[in-house]
Amino acid sequence: MTHGRKDYPLAETRPGSVTGKRGKALSGITLDAVLAGEVTMEDLRITPRALQVQAEIAEDVGRRTLAANFRRAAELVDVPQDFIMEVYELLRPGRAASAQLLLAAAEKLRSEYGATRMADFVAEAARTYEERGLFKYRF
Amino acid sequence: MNEPTPNRWKRYADWDERPLRLDKFAAEDPANGFSAFSSPADPQPGIGIEGGQVIALDGVLDRDFDMIDRFIARYHIDVEIAAEAMAMDCAELARMLVDMNVPREKLVRLARGLTPAKLARTVSQLNALEIAFAYSKMRARKTPGNQAHVTNAKDDPLQLAADAATAVAFGFDEIETTMRVSRNAWSNALACAVGGAVGRWGTLFQCSSEEAEELKIGMAGFTSYAETVSVYGTEKAFIDGDDTPWSKAFLATAYASRGIKMRCTSGAGSELLMGFHEAKSLLYLEARCLCMQRGMGVQGTQNGGIDGAPLTATVPGGVRELMAENLIAVWLDLECASGNDARSTESEIRVGAKIWPYLVAGSDLICSGFGSILKYDNSFNPSLLNGEELEDYLVLQRDFEADGGLTPLAEERALDLRKRAVDAVSAVFEELGLAAPSEDMKRSVVIASGSDDTRSFMPRDVALISEAVKNREITVIDVIKALATRGFGEEAQNLLNVVKLRVSGDYLQTSALIRDGRIISAINDPNDYLGPGSGYRVSEERRLQLNSIRDVLDQKEVLRSEAMHEKEEARRIRYRNSGEASESDDAKDVVIGISPAFGVKLFQTTAGHRLSEVLSTLIEAIRQRGLTPRVVRFRHTADTSFLGLSAARLAGSGIGIGIQAKGTAVIHQRGRLPHNNLELFSNAPITRLEHYRGLGANAASYALGDMPEPVVVPQRGEAMGSRYHARVAMIHAIETGMIEEGAAPELIAVMLTGQKS
Repeated sequence: MTHGRKDYPLAETRPGSVTGKRGKALSGITLDAVLAGEVTMEDLRITPRALQVQAEIAEDVGRRTLAANFRRAAELVDVPQDFIMEVYELLRPGRAASAQLLLAAAEKLRSEYGATRMADFVAEAARTYEERGLFKYRF
Repeated sequence: MNEPTPNRWKRYADWDERPLRLDKFAAEDPANGFSAFSSPADPQPGIGIEGGQVIALDGVLDRDFDMIDRFIARYHIDVEIAAEAMAMDCAELARMLVDMNVPREKLVRLARGLTPAKLARTVSQLNALEIAFAYSKMRARKTPGNQAHVTNAKDDPLQLAADAATAVAFGFDEIETTMRVSRNAWSNALACAVGGAVGRWGTLFQCSSEEAEELKIGMAGFTSYAETVSVYGTEKAFIDGDDTPWSKAFLATAYASRGIKMRCTSGAGSELLMGFHEAKSLLYLEARCLCMQRGMGVQGTQNGGIDGAPLTATVPGGVRELMAENLIAVWLDLECASGNDARSTESEIRVGAKIWPYLVAGSDLICSGFGSILKYDNSFNPSLLNGEELEDYLVLQRDFEADGGLTPLAEERALDLRKRAVDAVSAVFEELGLAAPSEDMKRSVVIASGSDDTRSFMPRDVALISEAVKNREITVIDVIKALATRGFGEEAQNLLNVVKLRVSGDYLQTSALIRDGRIISAINDPNDYLGPGSGYRVSEERRLQLNSIRDVLDQKEVLRSEAMHEKEEARRIRYRNSGEASESDDAKDVVIGISPAFGVKLFQTTAGHRLSEVLSTLIEAIRQRGLTPRVVRFRHTADTSFLGLSAARLAGSGIGIGIQAKGTAVIHQRGRLPHNNLELFSNAPITRLEHYRGLGANAASYALGDMPEPVVVPQRGEAMGSRYHARVAMIHAIETGMIEEGAAPELIAVMLTGQKS
């Protein structure tokens, strides 16, 4: 089933089926649960599923580029923060001395995390940087 | 005072002293990047599509694309729409933007196929009013909102918490902080998160800091959105800014993957400031930025000059350009936090003019940083509007019945909230062993208008707190627990509600914010403007909120204030009705005609003089010239001219004074036309007793057949009407309410007791 405008906002239309990373439902994230030590930051993290649904809603209201970003984001949910920051750093001008480093990062995104859209995106950056001469050391 | 320069009109010297002259203005110079709307270097709009690929964009062929062209061609241009949209005439598109019968969706669809040059050229055709109107129609979410800066010069967390709480209470939908010292970021974040949870929940919060650090703070749950992901309109500026469209798009995706709302930042003037403008116009470069942002798939933009606004405002048409780029943003279906941020002028008139179109048109976030704190406390630099001017803004809302996103806040409530916020953040600090603020520190912050008034944490103390939060990996959950443990259950729940937003991701959608505990965005609150009666309308309930500024006068208040004086006046003066007043043939007779409510219901002039004193001054001044004053009350009129003329008609000398309770007075002469008096004292609020003395003396002089020097009540251009007319109208209504048609003049025996207090 494809989601759309009618399902928005999910927190109101289906609070029981929206869950955090560990599967705890939104409706179960209460102050009492926090005080009882039953809630961790992981429970307060968005899931790939929720991002996919938001992508469907965005598409339904005609926002294709926003939807594409949500789909890429869904792929990054499980990518560790350090690696995300590493890839970001490599994408900045002059950080990578050659396309190889970026392409390797793209490959890691693809093979280790199944982040195919994101991998394509990073690989495309590598090609563009090559064309525009960005792989040179900046002092 | 300076001696006038012989060969200079001194008005220019006066103008030199105006705040406006502190603003610098730049000559139009497209070759050097100083051009708002068009430059010879701007490309002609155009597109080439082959096999579903963009092969030419605004005159540049695929193989010559720079990074920005490449990104726009790849991610922004919708090849299914481009041919149709680009074939349309700019003038036709421009007319559609201001045609209320053309729905927003139709234009948003076309924008997906428009190039930067086409977008820029189209909005260039609109004048400022048309841009504002089109903006109002095209912005994505129906309900307008606003964003505040919450910072201070000491990075003091107690003050941040207090100021965040007050900003929330004023109705800001988002608050943004930053630091004087970058390592204080974690302390700032914690303090604002706590302060922002006081009073109600739903205000989104960001901590503007270094990219990687900001994301980490978000991951720890303290912040709920980010907007410092800047993009630039030339490749060199982008690289100089240490990023590329791909790196920034990646960062945008990273934020979404963490469930954190995000918008990009761009604005005219940044490329010019950075020295990489390619001689292109400001608007064209900004159109490129905005197309990139849509392509990146961010939901929104902070746009409208931003840090470049002051520079943009130096260029001819620069302020109109800022409006035009905001229009492109919303046309591209992006949430728009529409600048009105960095203070672009020292002139309060330019400030008011800058904000007005946005106030009336509405915006997703009218200011992308209204300085809710004092100017010197704003670590982003002063905003267009600041803590100093916040009440002016509240009044503008009331004047135009326009929803600028803010609601007046009662003094007692503000104080309660500040105290609660300071206590809450102090409790968290103690509970987590981060610091132990003293009672004196807390008290000084609660009542402080700005950090000059506080005896609290200094930046170095804050650095220790901040590093402890970071190193001990304290998260929002620890803070929520600490709040609840220390009796701040409501704040704990409020903070939890904000963090929970990221689980469903609803607030990642375009133009999302929280109102009354519910998400509203361009999806469930879409701007549906199609002419009068549609789109956002101020509801009656909201109108009453907007109206509720402080110190509002009503007739009850006027009567209460008069009643306070009634008893005192009764001790000083008695007015005894001694029967009907008749015409006198005594040449020494000067009549003082008092109004119906004079000393009956009203007891002081608008200048605050007691009527007993005013009347005795007049009487004394007439007597001093050897004449006989006679006080007569007229009840058939409350009009100064007719009071005076009626008095003159009774007077044996033919000279009468007419005076209303509010102090407006006239010297009149029998036989003159009603409004052709001898002297008029119309500015009662600045009429002093010495002027009334002169009035009495001059009336006597006229009676003696002299030609005295008229009394001139000097005014210095005070806006008398704005200061007094509300009260005057209410007072005058009391006078006119006592008028009785055909009532005969009453001779009044005035008894002054000589009591002065």
